[in-house]
Amino acid sequence: MAEAHSKDTVDSRADDAIESLAARFPGLESSTYRGQVRVVIGAGVALEFFTHLKQLGFNQLIDVTCVDYLEYRGATRRYGLVYLLTATGTGRRLTVRLFVDDPEPAVPSISGLWRSANWLEREVWDMFGIRFIGHPDLRRLLMPEEFLAHPLRKDYPLQGRGERHNFPVLTREDG
Amino acid sequence: MAIAPDQVTRSSSSGDGVREEDYLWTLNFGPQHPATHTTLRLVLKLDGERVVDAMPEMGYLHSGFEKIGEHLTFNQYVTVTDRMNYISPMANNVAWHHAVETLLGIDLTPRCKVIRTIVAELARVSDHLLSNGAVGLDTGAFTFFLYGFYQREVIYDIFETLCGARFTNSYTRVGGVSHDFTPLVIEKIRTFLRTFPKTLDDMERLLTRNRIFVDRTKGVGVLTREEAINGGATGPVARASGVTRDLRKDEPYLAYADYDFQVCCAAAGDCYSRYLVRMQEMRESIRILNQAIENIPSGEVNVGIEGRLALPSKQQVYSTIEGTISHFELSMSNRGFEVPREESYAAIEAPNGELGFYVVGDGSEVAYRARCRPPSVLHFSLFPQLIRGHTLSDVVAVLGSLNIIAAELDR
Repeated sequence: MAEAHSKDTVDSRADDAIESLAARFPGLESSTYRGQVRVVIGAGVALEFFTHLKQLGFNQLIDVTCVDYLEYRGATRRYGLVYLLTATGTGRRLTVRLFVDDPEPAVPSISGLWRSANWLEREVWDMFGIRFIGHPDLRRLLMPEEFLAHPLRKDYPLQGRGERHNFPVLTREDG
Repeated sequence: MAIAPDQVTRSSSSGDGVREEDYLWTLNFGPQHPATHTTLRLVLKLDGERVVDAMPEMGYLHSGFEKIGEHLTFNQYVTVTDRMNYISPMANNVAWHHAVETLLGIDLTPRCKVIRTIVAELARVSDHLLSNGAVGLDTGAFTFFLYGFYQREVIYDIFETLCGARFTNSYTRVGGVSHDFTPLVIEKIRTFLRTFPKTLDDMERLLTRNRIFVDRTKGVGVLTREEAINGGATGPVARASGVTRDLRKDEPYLAYADYDFQVCCAAAGDCYSRYLVRMQEMRESIRILNQAIENIPSGEVNVGIEGRLALPSKQQVYSTIEGTISHFELSMSNRGFEVPREESYAAIEAPNGELGFYVVGDGSEVAYRARCRPPSVLHFSLFPQLIRGHTLSDVVAVLGSLNIIAAELDR
């Protein structure tokens, strides 16, 4: 995404929720692709924004993930977080984007608002090395704890860096 | 050692200041354990037989599927999706190409839509047979499990006739499917639809009112509606807790809008409700299948040559110039189809819940990012709150009713 897609201002196609958001957060960028509404927010207002979204009825956080735009032609920011939200009452969906950069990428954690954010944010930390400030238990989810790299970053090679060969071998006596 | 007053247990019968922790046992459950069915680990804190707390651990089967997705083309990656939820690979295939086609903006042929609906519903039946069967197995109902497995075998047979593979089907393609339905496949599905409801009745008679089973599952692992929504639960797990959401109804994709079926829900949110919802969903799937199999539109199954997406038929390749060009270009790595520099998310109602893919296109035939939104992860994260206060033997009932598939969990 980054700079690639066309940015249209909030128009009549967007529903009331988006209008209410635009009124509350001036300068909100929104775009639509294949009928999916996306908004881009800054890390500074993230918590306030998500709290407001939850009040608007977006009560389910479906997914939190990230895209590393390191090798994406024309991209200006490195990491683009993706929050997929659903309002189970109306069936509406909303995609929220949040961009952060090296070094020390960090965003506020929203695990206080949605429980599902807890593990999803852990996975993003594990795979992309983005720190979630205020997360209660930011451990790796998939990779072993002694693993140092963040494998879904684009500068991490597909075949790894030989970590597997250097894992400590546990014998029965150690165990 | 001095003991702070707040550490003294209130329920300590001896009353001589024994710390509560002294009574708690830590039990390691998995990653290799017959009742986890897959490789996942639970660290349980036990007070006698009662589970005080549980710490789920995952990642034992992490194979970097999302990283691989950034190196395989849209058509190649379908083989990897087979290996995610291997209980219902067809549903994963459909989900993956649904997401790719959403990104590319492809409109499938009516025949393809119905065919994909049929295989996705067959996958749902086979998934529910196994997950309910496993709940039965873990609570002592072996016959029930075998009845279910026999019918899964029949579905495998149908898939084998359809595409040659029983388990890892890799059936879908961008803009179509790998094999069209033949009269034999349709006949086999019809036979299945005739015979299966009888087995389903038998299975219900075996377990639904079975005293032992009901005692083991009713009131166990209760998930409230609010917790289900807040915790990101989807699919049968959410519907058993009273969340009336089914993507087949709420965001109709493929041909679902054309069929008459109901969304199965329950209110109790316990293991028994999840079992009931799955049982009922199989009946609804049969209804969908009955409507679909009798009304398969004729015509091409793949999008036409002008779309330049799916490989043309051999007939077209050998007898038309457009077919030859299309086949040639689709086989070349620097030609193929056009992919927008955009990103989109698309999900289907997989047997386990909302299975979606967030696909980022960068102009090439390889996804720049292929995020899989697996339902199992969020269901597994709910596990500690479901098991707290129940007994050790309930662990397998709860785990089974959440239908956690480690390959999908860890990807």
